[in-house]
Amino acid sequence: MSLANPDSSPAGPNPARVNLTRFNPMGAPLWLALFAVTWVFSSYGREFSRAIDARWLMKYPAGWRLPFKRDISDAMKWLVEDATFGLFTFKEFTRGIAWLIELPYDFVRAAVIDGFTIGVGSEASQIAPSLSWIAIIAVVVAIGRVAKDWRLAALVGGCFLYLAVFGQWDSAMVTLASVLISVPIGVAGGLLLGIGAYRWPTFDRVLRPILDLMQTVPVFAYLVPILFLFGFGPVSALVATIIYAMPPMVRVTTLALRGVPTEIREFGSMVGCTRRQMMWKILVPSAAPSLMVGVNQVIMLSLNMVIIASMIGAGGLGFEVLSSLRRLDIGAGLEAGIAIVVMAIALDRLSQAFAVRPTPTHDEIESLQQAGLIKRHPWGTTVLAVALVTGLVGLMLPAVQSYPASLTLTTGPFWADLVAFINVNFFDQFEAAKTFMLTWLLLPVKRFLLGIPWPWGIAIVALAGWKFGGWRLGLLAGGLALFIAANGLWDKAMVTLYLCGVSVLIASLIGIPLGVLSAENERANRIVSAVIDTLQTLPSFVYLIPVVMLFRVGDFSAMIAVVLYALAPAVRYAAHGIRGIEPQLIEAGIVSGCTRWQLLRKIKLPLALPEILLGLNQTIMLALSMLVITALVGTRDLGQEVYIALTKADSGRGIIAGLSVAAIAIILDRILAASARNARARLGLAE
Amino acid sequence: MDKPVKLACRSVWKLYGPNAEDFLGVKNVMTQKSHSERHLELTGEQIRAAGLIGAVRAANVEIREGEIFVIMGLSGSGKSTLVRCLSRLIEPTAGEVLFEGRDLLSMPERELIEVRRRKMGMVFQQFALLPHLTVLQNVAFPLEVQGAGRAEREARAREVIELVGLKGRESYFPRELSGGQQQRVGIARSLAVEPDLWFLDEPFSALDPLIRREMQDEFLRLQSMLHKTIVFITHDFDEAIRLADRIAIMQDGEIIQTATPEELVLHPATDYVAEFTRHIPRAKILTARSVMAPSVMTATKDRGGPAPGTYAGDVQASDRIEAIAERIEAADAPFRVLEEGEVVGSIDRQAVIDVLVGRGLVGRDPVRRDPVERDPVEPDPLGREGAG
Ligand SMILES: Nc1ncnc2c1ncn2[C@@H]1O[C@H](COP(=O)(O)OP(=O)(O)OP(=O)(O)O)[C@@H](O)[C@H]1O
Ligand SMILES: [Mg+2]
Repeated sequence: MSLANPDSSPAGPNPARVNLTRFNPMGAPLWLALFAVTWVFSSYGREFSRAIDARWLMKYPAGWRLPFKRDISDAMKWLVEDATFGLFTFKEFTRGIAWLIELPYDFVRAAVIDGFTIGVGSEASQIAPSLSWIAIIAVVVAIGRVAKDWRLAALVGGCFLYLAVFGQWDSAMVTLASVLISVPIGVAGGLLLGIGAYRWPTFDRVLRPILDLMQTVPVFAYLVPILFLFGFGPVSALVATIIYAMPPMVRVTTLALRGVPTEIREFGSMVGCTRRQMMWKILVPSAAPSLMVGVNQVIMLSLNMVIIASMIGAGGLGFEVLSSLRRLDIGAGLEAGIAIVVMAIALDRLSQAFAVRPTPTHDEIESLQQAGLIKRHPWGTTVLAVALVTGLVGLMLPAVQSYPASLTLTTGPFWADLVAFINVNFFDQFEAAKTFMLTWLLLPVKRFLLGIPWPWGIAIVALAGWKFGGWRLGLLAGGLALFIAANGLWDKAMVTLYLCGVSVLIASLIGIPLGVLSAENERANRIVSAVIDTLQTLPSFVYLIPVVMLFRVGDFSAMIAVVLYALAPAVRYAAHGIRGIEPQLIEAGIVSGCTRWQLLRKIKLPLALPEILLGLNQTIMLALSMLVITALVGTRDLGQEVYIALTKADSGRGIIAGLSVAAIAIILDRILAASARNARARLGLAE
Repeated sequence: MDKPVKLACRSVWKLYGPNAEDFLGVKNVMTQKSHSERHLELTGEQIRAAGLIGAVRAANVEIREGEIFVIMGLSGSGKSTLVRCLSRLIEPTAGEVLFEGRDLLSMPERELIEVRRRKMGMVFQQFALLPHLTVLQNVAFPLEVQGAGRAEREARAREVIELVGLKGRESYFPRELSGGQQQRVGIARSLAVEPDLWFLDEPFSALDPLIRREMQDEFLRLQSMLHKTIVFITHDFDEAIRLADRIAIMQDGEIIQTATPEELVLHPATDYVAEFTRHIPRAKILTARSVMAPSVMTATKDRGGPAPGTYAGDVQASDRIEAIAERIEAADAPFRVLEEGEVVGSIDRQAVIDVLVGRGLVGRDPVRRDPVERDPVEPDPLGREGAG
């Protein structure tokens, strides 16, 4: 046999084999027929079921419901009230965890905002003030300088100064304290779990579905049982934040460890490393740059969740937004929202700069070693000095300790006026757009989906699963749909599906062309990426604020917030897919005389289809997670169910509703992933 | 005379793919011995038909103490896989690996770690330096793993760093060094623990040709001081013949010939090997022994040269033609060829020129010239064949 055996060459798109003919994975006539039938059912199902006196067709009978909700609530109650592990009760266990988290949290809070006190309640007396606002700004400036350069230092310093000047300092520091506690715990926990998954394949197999589920269960659903176990307050919020922010770190860790070059690992074996030495001396340090990506994610997710967790007592900026939204205080809400944005940008830029920070060269290190302590840690000593001096001066001059209230500016009235102005002058236009969308898109889709009799709906879902991914997927999809129905959540799930579907449709209609544009045009790319990057760093909560102000509550507002939040992956994946096409294939198209439009339609789009489908998948996942949050602006879907459960601390209800959202996410995710796989296979692309 | 065997492997197999063990196991339900023989009959087609990749197939090697054993073959022929089986970096699918007579494959982990710490060193193609450590720390790393104290390991590291000519760069980080320098660090690091057995997997392939040559010289210089047992992988035949005592040629996972460079040229086992060796200048490989006439020639009378019965001088049987060509060409009389002080044959200008122009060297067994064609004939006193 010759070495040039073509089969042994790495798999790649073989131009001769790429089949660009028709995109027809499913047999269009079948689906058209099914759609027609569904349409008929949806339009006449209600009359029909009434006519044959089979109301159960439209509404899942209460008598058939599964008692999960109650069981879960009972189980939780039992856990909290009676469960014991022999030596200690469950309640003591949760108290222990709470204490473990609270201790460092209180310390950090004291350091950044509250000041250190002795004693409790009215007996409390302050023994040391917190760091002054000047000292904290000095700290972030120094970190920015160490991480990158003076520009970054100025940016983050400016961000924090903004928080002080515009009167958001105190809430921002409460938020910061939560982030400062949950990030190290999330990173360490994620690292350990990731290492475990890397080392023991069985553990990996157990962990993986749990992580999948955790990423699909909407954040609110976490809050309910945590609220039940830990009670309202910062500890609950921290627990929720840590749980929410850890999964990506686990994944990044296993990926990063697996990504360490084989030779490095082999080197470790050859010098006779024990397993522990291999992990801590070879693998983890070699993977450190990739691990930093995970740290950045943990930071951003923590911030996102700390904001959301203000509903269960995290306080801080999230609470400001929430309470002003409730008061319909537009100015204050926007102000706090902008503060969140400012903080998100500062944290994101800092942690990203750390992730790509070039390690020092040998002469830098050598010159440092010869220098004295002060020279060796110039920023540390400066910051320490600033903290001490401002702390002492602050004892006499309160303005140095905390930013004087008289000097704060408020933009609240300005924003309120602006929004009022817009609402007065453009009310008709906004209203027209809203009505147009509602009557021609939102309501028809909603009516259509709600009209489908549930047994038929389950059948369709199962059929789609089977068609795309075989009988296993069919069973899974059908089973999950049945789970939703059996818990009496069919109608709410349909509302969720409708909002999600419409939002994803619009996000795709905007996002995919943007992605194509930025793949084709470098200038457009720079602008689009900058916008998308910023959109992605913002905590989901922030999206609600302007939307509610301009369009008030309701499905339309929810949809806009979801579209904004879920836009990024549609753009990114489309751009990535188009950029990833083999240049030869495009050249082949050019040589055979395609126009630009033909090139796009006949070569680029079909070849980028698998990536676009993956992007669609991500868009759907983001849309679902955002949808639950939009329950705050009054949708009547599963998100509302979770939200109600949250306000009533009803664990069973919250968990079941959360799982139902996860079920929708899993069905859509698996079907889309299967069809992306089919598309790849059809195009002869490597996995 | 032969040195003891340091490392040996017997019918080692490495198949990649699902149920590779079963595939080998199912094919033979007999005893251990016939087991390996049965394997030999497995062809590449059968393995591929089972959906497996035969990265190493039925490999046998014996590496003797102090020798430079080169494994060579084209990319993908299984060199790295074989050497990783030999060091048990990957578990062979079947077969036996003996290190100093001990079975490496059944060795418990702790013992294996101990063997690797004290007795083995390896140099990697992509250097495999730890990016977060300085040169000094990298070189001291193997000692650190063994638990050596800081002062001790750094002293030793400085020694080997000096040995490879990197003194003064101890505090550099790998990314601040050129490729050649990085590989010097890799070499120094693998020498820090004074291994007996030294694996080098294409250590110079990632370097450009000039540096590569320089590093080969460096390597030979080190070996002349250290006398390690070396397993050296390369896909470059020039490199192989420069360095090797013996060469194993691999093709599609199989070792098709193991021999000295000279034997490979003189008696290639297959056309594939012959093809490999075709473009190599013979003078670089052939020794006086394989070119000499087994009889003792003397100068002939009729040409009016030096007195009959005289020699122009002596050469050693193991001398490469390249090294002695100039002397022999310049002289009119033949040279005596000595081996361990005894005369074993003679060599003249014609024979050297034949080698230099590549005459009579084509084909499988090129040098077996008929001694009768040449000057006076005496029966070979040692009964040796022309091409030893
Ligand atoms: N982990 C693996 N899984 C599957 N196949 C592998 C694996 N490692 C190696 N192979 C295959 O085994 C064969 C031998 O690979 P190997 O790396 O030993 O070749 P090599 O001779 O070292 O080549 P190179 O000169 O490119 O380093 C190749 O066909 C390779 O594709
Ligand atoms: Mg190799």
